[in-house]
Amino acid sequence: MSSSEEQQTPAKPAEGTIPAPLKDWKIQYTKIFINNEWHNSSSGKKFPVFNPANEEKICEVEEGDKEDVNKAVKAAREAFQIGSPWRTMDASERGRLLNKLADLIERDRLLLATIESMNGGKVFSNAYLMDLGGCVRILRYFASWADKIQGRTIPIDGKYFSYTRHEPVGVCGQIIPWNFPLVMFIWKIGPALCCGNTVVVKPAEQTPLTALHTASLIKEAGFPPGVVNIVPGYGPTAGAAISSHMDVDKVAFTGSTEVGKLIKEAAGKSNLKRVTLELGGKSPCIIFADADLDNAVQFAQHGVFYHQGQCCIAASRIFVEESIYDEFVQRSVERAKKYTLGDPLNPTVQQGPQIDKEQYNKILDLIESGKKEGAKLECGGGPWGDKGYFIQPTVFSDVTDDMRIAKEEIFGPVQQIMKFKTIDEVIKRANNTHYGLAAGVFTKDLDKALTVSSALQAGTVWVNCYGGGSCQAPFGGFKMSGNGREMGEYALHEYIEVKTVTVKISEKNS
Amino acid sequence: MNVPAPLTNLKIQYTKIFINNEWHDSVSGKKFPVINPATEEKICDVEEGDKEDVNKAVKAARQAFQIGSPWRTMDASERGRLLNKLADLVERDRQLLATMESMNAGKIFANAYTMDLGSSVNVLRYYASWADKIQGRTIPIDGKFFSYTRHEPVGVCGQIIPWNFPLIMLMWKIGPAVCCGNTVIIKPAEQTPLTALHVASLIKEAGFPPGVVNIVPGYGPTAGAAISSHMDVDKVAFTGSTEVGMLIKEAAGKSNLKRVSLELGGKSPCIVFADADLDNAVEFAHQGVFFHQGQCCTAASRLFVEESIYNEFVQRSVERAKKYTLGNPLNPGVQQGPQIDKEQYTKILDLIESGKKEGAKLECGGGSWGDKGYFIQPTVFSNVTDDMRIAKEEIFGPVQQIMKFKTIDEVIKRANNTHYGLSGAVFTKDLDKALTVSSVLQSGTVWVNCYGVFSPQAPFGGFKMSGNGRELGEYGLHEYTEVKTVTIKISEKNS
Repeated sequence: MSSSEEQQTPAKPAEGTIPAPLKDWKIQYTKIFINNEWHNSSSGKKFPVFNPANEEKICEVEEGDKEDVNKAVKAAREAFQIGSPWRTMDASERGRLLNKLADLIERDRLLLATIESMNGGKVFSNAYLMDLGGCVRILRYFASWADKIQGRTIPIDGKYFSYTRHEPVGVCGQIIPWNFPLVMFIWKIGPALCCGNTVVVKPAEQTPLTALHTASLIKEAGFPPGVVNIVPGYGPTAGAAISSHMDVDKVAFTGSTEVGKLIKEAAGKSNLKRVTLELGGKSPCIIFADADLDNAVQFAQHGVFYHQGQCCIAASRIFVEESIYDEFVQRSVERAKKYTLGDPLNPTVQQGPQIDKEQYNKILDLIESGKKEGAKLECGGGPWGDKGYFIQPTVFSDVTDDMRIAKEEIFGPVQQIMKFKTIDEVIKRANNTHYGLAAGVFTKDLDKALTVSSALQAGTVWVNCYGGGSCQAPFGGFKMSGNGREMGEYALHEYIEVKTVTVKISEKNS
Repeated sequence: MNVPAPLTNLKIQYTKIFINNEWHDSVSGKKFPVINPATEEKICDVEEGDKEDVNKAVKAARQAFQIGSPWRTMDASERGRLLNKLADLVERDRQLLATMESMNAGKIFANAYTMDLGSSVNVLRYYASWADKIQGRTIPIDGKFFSYTRHEPVGVCGQIIPWNFPLIMLMWKIGPAVCCGNTVIIKPAEQTPLTALHVASLIKEAGFPPGVVNIVPGYGPTAGAAISSHMDVDKVAFTGSTEVGMLIKEAAGKSNLKRVSLELGGKSPCIVFADADLDNAVEFAHQGVFFHQGQCCTAASRLFVEESIYNEFVQRSVERAKKYTLGNPLNPGVQQGPQIDKEQYTKILDLIESGKKEGAKLECGGGSWGDKGYFIQPTVFSNVTDDMRIAKEEIFGPVQQIMKFKTIDEVIKRANNTHYGLSGAVFTKDLDKALTVSSVLQSGTVWVNCYGVFSPQAPFGGFKMSGNGRELGEYGLHEYTEVKTVTIKISEKNS
């Protein structure tokens, strides 16, 4: 999920040369995927899937609800039984299957990038390089962990031989957001499958298509039936059915903090299923006067404008040290004005639409609040174009901490720039939020970099950069930005259930 | 080990709320009685904490957790030294604490002295030694970056302690929490707050900074609920019933998404194969369900015995169960004390009656004992079938259920057929049976040819509805750290 041109490390092909999006392609997969088979919804209902750049319907997809979730959970439970192909498979074979899936995604890269761009409103070159590149890397990363998930032998007191097994948790419900549909899908199934779980995935209702195509690849790769099941549908129906299901062992969710709370509550009310959450943020960047100014401007800008601001880590509060404030604002505004908006499949376009009308309205409402509450509108400030959910890149300066735009998650192309005087003040202000997902610190000073990053209440702190994601490092929120961590070895903890076995023996030696 | 006599003329010195290393009255002015379950007599009154007291405690814990505070700037090794110092003081006051624990919790004194106090000291020293070994990672991420993780403390941790092992459970909670640098607010069980409050005085004496450990005695629906729904508590850890655990997780989701770890109930199965060492199996199965009057989350409350040895097993188990002397747990000749309170006592008797009504065969016991105190006779049921209440519900009393099985596949299915998943055991001499059966039991701990073996090094916790997360071992640290990734852009990267 890197957001700077300089940080792009595409998997293939050579940098700078990406193919054109596919034309005249068909959406092949629009049904519910259970046991490696395609099913109609139990209710017979379908729901429309849209292109947010022109508000036109792309196709219809089978609408999963409680009954379909039940079928999927049954299939996943069956596939998880002791003695099943999946449970008796070598761990290394699970790894090989994940690598095979990565191969197939690479094969279908152009198709998937085109679908993702059209359905997710994503700038095509980003979809091809960043989203698809990221997916392949993450799958291979977790593929390589599969046979390295190790329990411990433990020197307990007494004449015993004691060890732990790191078993799979079981049937995992995974609810995927719409901002990075394919990447987030892979973030979820990667560690889950690597550890031997079976999954029931509910993609976002706005963006189910790439998940469904990937389902066909999962079958093609050779995963046993029931290991991965996909039930497209809505949150309050299919999503809620998952989080309150009595036979789902764990639920993982990426989305809003508001919905994350409902999920954790439902988990407690139903069967105490394990919960991991990746939620919202209001992430601060702190720019000290000694920072490399161009570097800071650029990263801060990408940090908030990447993918039209629809990132959980959006750098939506920029604190700039007083003495460089005016210069910083000026350079930020210059850059913000350089965006070409339009159909994200078009190679000259740098900014696509917001995902849907609901988001669009929410962002515009927050922009209006910024104007009303006295922030200075430097550029943008309203919608763009005749159709599609486009919003002009917007920059507010002279923002104060009590304004709605300084407190609420906007999830749109809106940048807030605030001024600060002292280190202690800015740390307090940066931490003064229920969120805690990410932060950035820009300084050349060694001590500032280390002590400020240490004091910020955020799951990830970037120093002199922003938004660089890599599968090896854990990611997740402090406070109400989430529970648990994804990526890295840490992700495995969330997908295992530890069993201790203690065997009485007649004599113990060290 | 030479067990001394319990202290006579025990004075209860500490009965107030402990915040910032000071003793406070309750904001409401209310107190609540603490009872001796062997005699039903009041031992003393303790200040009753409620929401306001919890608020004060959280404020103190939050203050102590501030960046730049003595606790946050302290060397990790110093935290370890403080925990070791606390262990020293617990050892110094061992006889006092064992007497208090025995009297207040109905514990056999010899067990309280050797096991409860011994374990408490061991767990403290174990976590003391982890303090400066909590290590983040440097990580080879893609791109020109230097990336590392810090394993920071989570923050202000609310910890709700049960009444069955009051002192040990206190140590299981504060050990890892304090080791990792957190600050804590403890709510001991309302039945058994006394040893926690004495330990508070030792925490102050050991030199922990004010606000690092705070103790608010009180009731679950008031003080406990205030903790689990508090907007400024970062994590709640609870040991107790599954029913209350569900309320706590719900409250955590409704309030501020505080991290939750839970150690809940169980209906743990023992599987005894025909090739097992029979005496060994009988004794461990017996201790597994009768220890501390059956008031253990790991109580071995479903005994599956292979058909061919079933009658012999029942006979030996009944003989064993008849050997108890009940009475005041402070008396050296006594082997079984009372249940903790009237509520538990009534619930257990009700389940015993259901066993009789639903057709289990009562082999011995089956009712209450004595004129006062919450005593229940050691009870054994045979010919128990899986649909009976005594086979499904957690009893938490001195009641053993013995069932029969024919085949391996059948018994594994039956053993796993429960929402619980805390522990289990397998008794066999066969290598393959031991390894494969332990592998397929859905339990956080599986004992082989033994039961109830705990040690600070090995993780403990539940599958399914027996809990979330693990305590003890290195794994216990995970629950008390919040991982931060720091990624620094550099000009050139080399491996």
